[in-house]
Amino acid sequence: MMTDWEVVIGLEIHAQLATKSKIFSGSATTYGAPPNVQADLVDLAYPGVLPVLNGEAVRMAVKFGLSIGAEVARRSVFARKNYFYPDLPKGYQISQYELPVVKQGKLAVMLDDGTVKTIGVTRAHLEEDAGKSLHEGLANASGIDLNRAGTPLLEIVSEPDMRSAKEAVAYMKKIHTLVRYLEICDGNMQEGSFRCDANVSVRPRGREKFGTRAEIKNLNSFRFVEKAIHYEVARQVDLLESGGTVLQETRLYDSDKDETRSMRSKEEANDYRYFPDPDLLPVHIDEEFIEAVRATLPELPDEKAARFAQDFSLSTYDAGVLSASRELGAYFESVVAALGAGHAKLAANWVMGELASALNRDNVDIVFSRVSPKYLSDLLLRIVDATISGKIAKEVFEAMWSEGKTADAIIEAKGLKQITDSGAIEGVIDAVMAANPKQLADYRSGKDKLFGFFVGQVMKATEGKANPGQLNELLKAKLGSS
Amino acid sequence: MSLTRQDVEKIAHLARLSITEQEMPVYVTSLSSIVEFVDALSRVHTGDVLPMAHPLDGQQQRLRADVVTESDHHEKFQANAPAVQAGLYVVPRVIE
Amino acid sequence: MLHNLSIGELSRSLNSGQISSVELTRHFLARIERLNPALNALITLTATQALESAARADARRAAAGERGPLLGIPLIHKDIFCTDGVRTSCGSRMLDNFIAPYDATVVARLKAAGAVMLGKANMDEFAMGSSNETSYYGPVKNPWDTTKVPGGSSGGSAAATAARLAPFATGTDTGGSIRQPAALTGVTGVKPTYGRVSRFGMIAFASSLDQAGVFAHSAEDAAIVLQAMAGFDARDSTSIDIPVPDYPETLNAPLKGLKIGLLREFFDGLEARNAALIHDALKLYTSLGAQTVEVSLPHLPLSVPTYYVVAPAECSSNLSRFDGVRFGYRCEAPKDLLDLYKRSRGEGFGAEVKRRIMTGTYVLSAGYFDAYYLQAQKVRRLITDDFRAAFGQVDLLIGPTTPTPAFAIGAKIDDPVTMYLNDIYTIGANLAGLPGLSLPCGLIDGLPMGLQLIGPHFSEAKLLNAAHLYQQSTDWHKQAPRGFE
Repeated sequence: MMTDWEVVIGLEIHAQLATKSKIFSGSATTYGAPPNVQADLVDLAYPGVLPVLNGEAVRMAVKFGLSIGAEVARRSVFARKNYFYPDLPKGYQISQYELPVVKQGKLAVMLDDGTVKTIGVTRAHLEEDAGKSLHEGLANASGIDLNRAGTPLLEIVSEPDMRSAKEAVAYMKKIHTLVRYLEICDGNMQEGSFRCDANVSVRPRGREKFGTRAEIKNLNSFRFVEKAIHYEVARQVDLLESGGTVLQETRLYDSDKDETRSMRSKEEANDYRYFPDPDLLPVHIDEEFIEAVRATLPELPDEKAARFAQDFSLSTYDAGVLSASRELGAYFESVVAALGAGHAKLAANWVMGELASALNRDNVDIVFSRVSPKYLSDLLLRIVDATISGKIAKEVFEAMWSEGKTADAIIEAKGLKQITDSGAIEGVIDAVMAANPKQLADYRSGKDKLFGFFVGQVMKATEGKANPGQLNELLKAKLGSS
Repeated sequence: MSLTRQDVEKIAHLARLSITEQEMPVYVTSLSSIVEFVDALSRVHTGDVLPMAHPLDGQQQRLRADVVTESDHHEKFQANAPAVQAGLYVVPRVIE
Repeated sequence: MLHNLSIGELSRSLNSGQISSVELTRHFLARIERLNPALNALITLTATQALESAARADARRAAAGERGPLLGIPLIHKDIFCTDGVRTSCGSRMLDNFIAPYDATVVARLKAAGAVMLGKANMDEFAMGSSNETSYYGPVKNPWDTTKVPGGSSGGSAAATAARLAPFATGTDTGGSIRQPAALTGVTGVKPTYGRVSRFGMIAFASSLDQAGVFAHSAEDAAIVLQAMAGFDARDSTSIDIPVPDYPETLNAPLKGLKIGLLREFFDGLEARNAALIHDALKLYTSLGAQTVEVSLPHLPLSVPTYYVVAPAECSSNLSRFDGVRFGYRCEAPKDLLDLYKRSRGEGFGAEVKRRIMTGTYVLSAGYFDAYYLQAQKVRRLITDDFRAAFGQVDLLIGPTTPTPAFAIGAKIDDPVTMYLNDIYTIGANLAGLPGLSLPCGLIDGLPMGLQLIGPHFSEAKLLNAAHLYQQSTDWHKQAPRGFE
């Protein structure tokens, strides 16, 4: 009998906090500097140096906690996690263990089928990032760059609430959206600012007890998360169905081979000997601090989506897409503001359609869009006031994108203005009727389908500029009268 | 409680310390006597006493302003390093 | 002779132009050259820099009219304090080649005050020891009897001060490392309240216990030095931001009505001659108007086992940064990463340091954490609460600093537990973060003994006041070891 396996996934997301300086030192956190130029005595763990906590990192962690309705700990404690690794200069990582700054929050995630699932966030704690080991260009050796060491991280730990790779990705994307909304993380996954470890296990459906889990380390793209989980689930199911057992271990996802493999090097010393860091005191967060942070909370993605749906009569889907980032929401809202709320659907279609595909095609962030909200709303106003048709507007948009000019300039230069002069349209209709006597006769004898032929001929003669509404009316009148 | 040679080997590995054959019996004996000595603590009734990690109670962590105060001194700092190449600290190959 | 003058007297001579700082510095450098070979109190001599900074001090005095009490006064730093551009070895092979790229806050403050560093003092390796025998640079000899230890871990600072190689020296005290060697070498040693002096730049042994302090020839001199060292430092999260009182100002405050607690636990089993010295001191204090009250700290006898869990636990983690990668000793031709770590650390650290790292690793490891580390942290609170209760009744506690005078070099080095029991009277103050002071109070078999004063948090001024008035009526602190007068 085939077992029906249920997948259980929990994610540990590491978000680098967007502070200017490191969590325990005054070094810069800028990405991409030459090796070790952003590693000061504290980051290098020089003898005698001491950590001093960056208040902004705490503020950002609290902001995150408030955004997921979590409990903000009035007292949290930094502990030392002891292990030896070349990218860990002190031989311990300063992290929060028993008393994290954020406890018990939750997040609503919309799945592909439109249903909403609530995922529990067990905790979020502050810790320091490690440096990097580089292997290229060194014979049998590795080079250590400690620029990243000490960059503040918020580790966001979920409950094992996800039941598929897709759910895991949806949750991760939601956190990604949230941290960027909150402006606490730049979310840049290529640079490693946002990455995750996935705890994956399987169990026969209906069983309460979890299966043994494997932890897949350092997944730095949504696609890798999905693929790594797929691979890992298949591996575990194969193993169990062939009578084997899953080991609790740390595994690494190899994106080139699309497989996970055991990281024995990390397994060896698994006794971290956590204890409170005597160089740091308990962090006390009072009501005043929390309220000051609460006052800086922006409108959150779910709130924005609900408002878009309500105020602009958009579908839940459209509202969700348009609120996926603060920048996209802001772009959309400025277009709507210029057009009037009555044309919100037109704005939504254009932002999610032409604009999104142009941005996507040229891999441009919306902040740097070559067509600004003002330019786009000016273009859409020309549809609204019937200067051009929607079809012509797409042509104008492409020209605006490549030439950087206003809609009006392009309409003028290319002579794309709609013909709305009834006399002029009638003149063209007359000429078309005169040139096609057979079709005219057939139409008049009952072949109604030929109406489209006449529309096409007029449009061809006017290069698509005849106002479609007017053309319809005038054509009907002319064809009907003999 | 006394420690065995295996205990000491395990601890030495966790602490990343090479211990020579001559040193080993000395550590087995002395660490055992230290552990026996500190076992006196197990006879104290501590019940719900709160563990004390810092000598001054009620102190709280100060928060630093988020300002970059450090500049690049890697050459000076790396003057103490046993092996450096192209600005990187060099170690035997790290296998992941 | 210059080397027997107090800091105040030296300062007056400098101000009057009777001597220059350069001359004073040369005088002490000459003494070091002549007398130190028999003591091994220094690891590094910085004669050239010393003469340069002495010249700068003279210029500051002459040109700018500065009159700071330490301007131009020589000192020796314990080699645990980082000194920019100068080797900072911490008494270890691990840091034999380590040139600190920055100054510890203590060093920077004393430098700013114009004090002139003569060199770096020998010490137990990473401050782990009570006899100065664990130093990679060899044991320090006690100037009172060079077959005896000077105590530790700040043995070099103590011996150098006792031998008049400098008017004062810095030290650190984690479990008695200032007070115990001060007692065994007949000088005055002050361990301030935890957080009173910055730990920044002081190579960590046990972070929740370490505190920097001073060795001097009198409480009066110690008050001047502590004044310059103490104060808030934003780079140390455990530094305390409350104003530093004027220590010299209150040295002569009358002791009438002062309540002195006689710690019952300190006298249980105390050797008769040692007890007699303490009772002599009490008599003196009574004559100065103080009252004596007997108090009990029932958990105090547990302070040594508590300490030998907490301190090794913290040190095992603090010393993980010495891995042969960024600074310090690296083994020859490591075959892989594990070999690099194990041999660099195995060869770079001495026996006692390795023993403590392993003890600490053990008490923090899975399965033992609750029974040892957590239990020790609980007992630490019980001990601290005992002190708090005692200070509800008395202003100061008084007792011996050490159970015996200086012992022979080699006598205890092979028996760690016996060695650890040397700190039986001093450790309690570290666990509770309290200030303590040791001052010479007599001789046993021709060797100096110390009287220890312990006060509540931030009572340094009171301790210095009580010690100073004792020294106004006695001359134990003026006695110099033979050959070093």
